[in-house]
Amino acid sequence: MRSFVSGTVRDVPPSGIRKFFDIASEMKDAISLGVGEPDFVTPWNIRESAIFSMERGYTHYTSNHGMLSLRELITEYLRTRYGISYDPQVQTVVTVGASEALDLAFRAIMEPGDEVLVPAPSYVSYMPGVTFAGGVPVPIETRVEDNFTITAGAIERVITSKTKAIVLPYPNNPTGAVMTREQLESIKDALIQHDLLVISDEIYSELTYGGQHVSVASLDGMYERTLVINGFSKAFAMTGFRLGYAAGPEDIIAAMVKIHQYSMLCASTMSQYAGEEALRYEMNTDFSQVSKMVKSYDMRRKYMYRALNDIGLEAFEPRGAFYIFPSIKSTGLSSEEFCFRLIDEKRVACVPGTAFGAAGEGFMRCSYASSMENLREAIKRIGEFVEECRK
Amino acid sequence: MQLSQKALAIPPSLTLKITAMAKKMKSQGQDVVGFGAGEPDFDTPANIKEAAKRALDAGFTKYTPASGMLELKQAICNSLKAKEGLDYTPSQIVVSNGAKHSLFNIFQAILNPGDEVIIITPFWLTYPELVKMADGVPVYVEAYESNNFEPSKEDILAAVTDRTKAIIINNPSNPTGSVYTQKTLADIAHIAREHDFFIVSDEIYDELIYDSHKHLSIADVSKDAYRRTIMVNGLSKSYSMTGWRIGYTASSEEIAKVMGGYQSHATSNPCSISQAASIEALTGPQDELVKMREEFNRRRKKIVKMINEIDGLSCITPKGAFYVMMNISQLKGKSLHGRTINNSMDFAEMLLDEALVAVVPGAAFGADDFERLSYAISMDSIKKGIKRIGEFVALLD
Amino acid sequence: MMEQLKSDILDILESNAHIAPAEIAAMVDADEATVCSLIRQMEDDGVIIKYTVLANRQKLSEDDFAEALIEVKITPQRDYGYDDLAGRIYKYDEVQAVYLMAGAYDLAVRIKSRSMKDISKFVFEKLAVIDGVTSTITLFIMRKYKEDGVVLVGEDADERLVVSP
Repeated sequence: MRSFVSGTVRDVPPSGIRKFFDIASEMKDAISLGVGEPDFVTPWNIRESAIFSMERGYTHYTSNHGMLSLRELITEYLRTRYGISYDPQVQTVVTVGASEALDLAFRAIMEPGDEVLVPAPSYVSYMPGVTFAGGVPVPIETRVEDNFTITAGAIERVITSKTKAIVLPYPNNPTGAVMTREQLESIKDALIQHDLLVISDEIYSELTYGGQHVSVASLDGMYERTLVINGFSKAFAMTGFRLGYAAGPEDIIAAMVKIHQYSMLCASTMSQYAGEEALRYEMNTDFSQVSKMVKSYDMRRKYMYRALNDIGLEAFEPRGAFYIFPSIKSTGLSSEEFCFRLIDEKRVACVPGTAFGAAGEGFMRCSYASSMENLREAIKRIGEFVEECRK
Repeated sequence: MQLSQKALAIPPSLTLKITAMAKKMKSQGQDVVGFGAGEPDFDTPANIKEAAKRALDAGFTKYTPASGMLELKQAICNSLKAKEGLDYTPSQIVVSNGAKHSLFNIFQAILNPGDEVIIITPFWLTYPELVKMADGVPVYVEAYESNNFEPSKEDILAAVTDRTKAIIINNPSNPTGSVYTQKTLADIAHIAREHDFFIVSDEIYDELIYDSHKHLSIADVSKDAYRRTIMVNGLSKSYSMTGWRIGYTASSEEIAKVMGGYQSHATSNPCSISQAASIEALTGPQDELVKMREEFNRRRKKIVKMINEIDGLSCITPKGAFYVMMNISQLKGKSLHGRTINNSMDFAEMLLDEALVAVVPGAAFGADDFERLSYAISMDSIKKGIKRIGEFVALLD
Repeated sequence: MMEQLKSDILDILESNAHIAPAEIAAMVDADEATVCSLIRQMEDDGVIIKYTVLANRQKLSEDDFAEALIEVKITPQRDYGYDDLAGRIYKYDEVQAVYLMAGAYDLAVRIKSRSMKDISKFVFEKLAVIDGVTSTITLFIMRKYKEDGVVLVGEDADERLVVSP
């Protein structure tokens, strides 16, 4: 029998994180700093509302766009929280996690050969997503010297006549970098001049420290060319619910819905009800539960920042998400060597920076969405390992 | 800003359009009987909901492996063994966000630009769109009412080219309700082997088969068929779990691996709570399913009998799913209030306007002589709706 | 600024009083000496009353332990109001907490003792006979599900995958 697999799919390398996952998941006794999701359980009021929706028998399909009542809450949230206004009827679509929204976005805009700029290091699925949609991902290397942000110069260096869009993933996984209003302003002209669509992945927007998140769509002249991607997973600890959304120009949303209606139909009904509760409750209580979680992450962030630097792994201070991205160059090991040996010898799982693109060489990603007990013990073991490396 | 030509070329789903029109009329206070439903009208069985509650209670609200929880995959394998006698291991299963999503993944994973996929007409309207989205070319083979809407060997052979990458069959079928015989399946498997292409077998309605008819999966026809079949199934129709969004594929390990990897980038895992509920659906008591099937069966008999009593209309008795294809060919050319029925869309629109009954025009499925009626609605609505159709037809001249 | 720092330190100590000052210092991004002196200051000011343990005695399978809530109705005394009567109650060693309530009764009293019988005895012999106490209702605590914000009956397991992108 001949091989049947599509060339496009076959050519996408398996994500680097995959290999590491396979090893790490075998080691049950390891302390994991590899987790990319909150350690909080979904707040009870949200879970309870999911239960209530089932009890009322809301177990059928919803509209392809997602329930209108949910879209209304989403647009209210975006307006009051980030100052960006959308028409709930035609400018939003509810998706199966932010990842589906990204996938739809790429498919909705891409012609074969179109180029999309993707910052590196960044989340593992942007590049494959562009490729699956028939486009060509072009990495923009971000440097620790620039606080892992994108600069106008970096954009100019890689832009071609085929560049159609740029992914703007801030707060960033894996670096924890954010882009401030000033930093966003500084790349705005380049984005407009080259007529780029900005796919702004703001899934970590609620998790920022020492400053409010700024959506690029709120900048003068950017609203029309920005597609905002967000979701419920990180802010409300709802990863398993698989609920995300996109908001942006009407024509792009319409194209996304066209694909979504055939590929997915709708997000889980129960999850949509849970999402309504999450937004309604938080907006009514001045984000009480979210701020509690943010405060707790913030303390662990500070702890990790100091502790890693203390044991000699120089780390850039993250301002968002729940990751810290220390340099391991001083040990003389490559990212993969470091992480594989760390889990093998010390039973601590961190993700090699190279899992997020070649630009991640010399770094590793540590998630601090873990208990203080785990973090303390992990730091102790990493410290020992670093010592041994230097001997 | 230029959008993708491919995305722009996708038509809005016709079935949903009619449902939307009917919904609008309903919301304006009109008493519309809708035969458009594509989902069971039953609530999800209580034991399944209880399992979901337990999952929520226990905080099972995190990511799972991208292609689904091992426990659910195992439950799926056990169920395929029990139902079909087929042997699958969890590494051959990919759990997705509904069967539609499974189909989307399949075509994304197997098609190269220009690859052809054979689709049996009347077809579920999603198939050609999914093929096109993956840069494939749909090639249609007509199945006739006179042959219970099963395709013939000759017609399929005539459609095969050296670009044929796959055939997709829907067994039992939406919209026709046909359940393929062993012979039809063996023919398809044979051709697939001779010409070396995939069989995509959508078996989402496999639990909804009536009378003494038996469901046979094409994967069970031969060893070779097993290897080249990607089976698609889900929990939506059998357990009345449409809103939960759980579907799956069973295939060779190679294909499962590719689709799993693809899904991990594109959407990641399906809803964790829905997965927990699905385990209960597959492993818990099955009596609700039996009850639903019996209720569907009663309605099926009623609707078939009533349609065939109307002069000018007819339908064959569907063996599965919850749809009937109502033949309107005798009414073509007839008219009412200055409007003439030239095709299935005309009929559907006039019926909705004149008699407040919503059906889905067969054109949506590539079958312009028919209207699709779903009997996933209450018995009272069926009686009322078909009576109105009879009155409408009687007025035509 | 200092007030915020103190409040953050308290948050940490309230969740784990055992934690080392250096670690607290890292978590609040201050130096260790500052944290130590702030803690001492809060101890001196009575902000930190004592360091205690939140025990789940249900796990010890002790049979010489019982707890109850008692609703007490009283007639307030002339010149003293409720305070005097409350004082006559909260001075007993068995009494863990006394609150003045608005609603169907006046004082809520939490009592810890070795057995239900002991508690009953205490109510009959000590509490009910106090002048001004007009009635009591004793509610025995059978099982504790949550105490001071902490769930005592089986924590949610960490269901997360070891590594995820």
